[in-house]
Amino acid sequence: MAEAVSASRAEKIESPFPNAIRQAIYAGLVSFGLFVLLIGLRTDQNIHNELILVQRWGLLAIVVGITMAGRFLFVAFAQPALARRKAEKSRTAHVEVEKGFVRRNFNSIAIALLFIYPVVMVLAFGFQGSLKWVDNFGIQILIYVMLAWGLNIVVGLAGLLDLGYVAFYAVGAYAYALLGTHFGWSFWILLPVAGIMSAFWGVILGFPVLRLRGDYLAIVTLAFGEIIRLVLINWRDVTNGSAGVSGIPKVSFFGLISFNVSDPNYIAKVLNIAQSGAYYKIFLYYLILLLALLTAFVTIRLRRMPLGRAWEALREDEIACRSLGINTTTTKLTAFATGAMFGGFAGSFFAARQGFVSPESFVFLESAMILAIVVLGGMGSLPGIAVAAVVMIGGTEMLREMEFLKYIFGPDFTPELYRMLLFGLAMVLVMLWKPRGFVGSREPTAFLHKRKAVSASFTKEGHG
Amino acid sequence: MDKPILSVEHLSMKFGGLVAIGDLSFQARRGEITALIGPNGAGKTTVFNCITGFYKPSEGMIKMNGRGGQEFLLERMPDFRITAHAKVARTFQNIRLFSGMTLLENLLVAQHNKLMHASGFTVLGLLGIGGYRKASAESIDLAKHWLEKIDLIHRADDPAGDLPYGAQRRLEIARAMCTDPELLCLDEPAAGLNPKESLHLNQLLNDIKENTGTSILLIEHDMSVVMKISDHVVVLEYGRKISDGSPDLVKHDPRVIAAYLGVDDEEVVDVLTAVGDEQVIEELDAEPDPEHGPSASSSMMAGPISDTIAHADEDEIVKVSPGASKALEYDEVQALSTRTAKPAAKPAAGKARAKPAGKPKGGRK
Repeated sequence: MAEAVSASRAEKIESPFPNAIRQAIYAGLVSFGLFVLLIGLRTDQNIHNELILVQRWGLLAIVVGITMAGRFLFVAFAQPALARRKAEKSRTAHVEVEKGFVRRNFNSIAIALLFIYPVVMVLAFGFQGSLKWVDNFGIQILIYVMLAWGLNIVVGLAGLLDLGYVAFYAVGAYAYALLGTHFGWSFWILLPVAGIMSAFWGVILGFPVLRLRGDYLAIVTLAFGEIIRLVLINWRDVTNGSAGVSGIPKVSFFGLISFNVSDPNYIAKVLNIAQSGAYYKIFLYYLILLLALLTAFVTIRLRRMPLGRAWEALREDEIACRSLGINTTTTKLTAFATGAMFGGFAGSFFAARQGFVSPESFVFLESAMILAIVVLGGMGSLPGIAVAAVVMIGGTEMLREMEFLKYIFGPDFTPELYRMLLFGLAMVLVMLWKPRGFVGSREPTAFLHKRKAVSASFTKEGHG
Repeated sequence: MDKPILSVEHLSMKFGGLVAIGDLSFQARRGEITALIGPNGAGKTTVFNCITGFYKPSEGMIKMNGRGGQEFLLERMPDFRITAHAKVARTFQNIRLFSGMTLLENLLVAQHNKLMHASGFTVLGLLGIGGYRKASAESIDLAKHWLEKIDLIHRADDPAGDLPYGAQRRLEIARAMCTDPELLCLDEPAAGLNPKESLHLNQLLNDIKENTGTSILLIEHDMSVVMKISDHVVVLEYGRKISDGSPDLVKHDPRVIAAYLGVDDEEVVDVLTAVGDEQVIEELDAEPDPEHGPSASSSMMAGPISDTIAHADEDEIVKVSPGASKALEYDEVQALSTRTAKPAAKPAAGKARAKPAGKPKGGRK
């Protein structure tokens, strides 16, 4: 009996080809029907401005051929392979799969790679060539990693949907830009000042709106983000309006080493090396890396503290929180303020890096982008969010590098214009494939016997 | 220790025109299990929500006497402060656990206020100064103690949402106990439990009463739980107290029986026509349809009236029909039957109904 079953199963696996050929012919017919008018014929104008029909049978044949071949390969090879893998999986489902070395030590490996990244780039492309890789990719991605980690405290842990996060980023950036240009204070003083200012605005926003939940909270935070931007545009006396603030002082290495060529303690003079703009970028890279790691460290520490646990409990069930004697208002406010503070840090770094800030940099799209990174990465998961930031920001930056596409689509083709299209497509695909983000599971903050990740099906997203 | 731990005085709660609780007074004594029972929609959960601060009562006073002699007026405190300072903890009718957090984390969240103080409101704890480490270890020990009590220590690291229903109920009680309460309010802890789990619940509650000094106030439909473990029972019907006393006393109170099982409509009509009481007949006639009116459906299966309905429209007056209260109806019948001097029929009927009072689910439908 058992033999018969296995024999019939073997037979099934043996004979996908006739079926595949049949399916390929059907697919060919369907695609021919679909494309015969769309691709086979094209209307055009000739020199005399008359409408003519251009016939493109060759192209039609290619498209139909590709469809047939694709269907054939899918039915003949991909489907049996998938079925075999499924059967294999169901047979060995109970066996605990030992994670690979890379997966077990993902965090330490990633941090080590981040630290040697500029060195590798300099070695590979030289000081001048490395600029693009360190600045456009490294610093740009790390700013978003830090912003997303900051927003993660509000959205991922406390479950409060904040669509105006960029407002706190703007407050931090303008705090550094204005105080730095007018009073000449150093970055190292203004970094905490910018953080405190942003946290203060987080509390100011938080007080009236935290009685709102869900969609209503999202709308009010969205409005707050826009208000801050409009104030920056219209309060010309202070912010210089749309023209922005320029000439923002550079960061120095605690005042010991400067990155201004004219200064006596310019880095090239101190260390007796050739002049280059790359030193400053590499310094900024390590600065934002440390700031981002600080964000991660504080988040990890906070999650193990009663406050962090209360944030997560708030996301799970606010009424239960109140029944346990937790003051939900102050708990929400601390989440808002902490998230805003990291936004402010990132903002002041952004101002120092650009040397110029204008309201253009703090539009709603930025908020949406940061939120998308948090959702895509998996709410609450730091490594997931970092990976999502690399994919989203690195991906869009990568499009600029796709010069070869011009050879395919013609010289007019600019891949950057398709950024948002591809971005949307990628989000839809990832959400279909992993609805709770790259890392949907949740690490418990305390354990008795064994630390087991909590599956995404149990955690809640919060109601705002 | 003669002072009652909780005294509710003249408590009223109105939602628009609907009177969910009307002039309710009762006391819960320290170290006892007090049960609050009544048919569906009697306002039990509303009383709970008033005590734990989720509703602000329209009138009345709720006084909690703490162990140290301090007094708390619960109707004036916000909900989280009632748990934090007055030490009243509660559970919910529909379980409200943090389903995405592990059992251990659920019990640690319950110790939030204690740990916040120990960690210097997070600042000192973040810097690693102060006694947070020690307090944290102690809180884990307390959580372990309760996990052992509720027999779930082996699942400490599983998400709470993964537990079976009965275990979730036990965990919710343990979580409430982790706030170190003096009064534990349980909203239908035995709902949905099988007989074995129900028995375990009884043991757990008795254990809490005897070993922790926590007094318990509980809402329950399951009479096997109420009658076995409670020291004192308060019966509500349509937001009014109809009986108050020891379980035995309440069990045989005809008003309670009437509330749960109802008085036969025929009997009422019979008595009224026999007496010819014009006023009562008029009242009866004033009702739109005495046969099929609300009085015909006040059994256990009747829908809830007050628990979930919030009347936004202030002008709308919702009146519970005067004929709806079975306990009042019983009083009327009682008064009439004494006047008509037919006492012989009454005790027999009372006795016949006393028996099914133990299992009210089998009541008239």
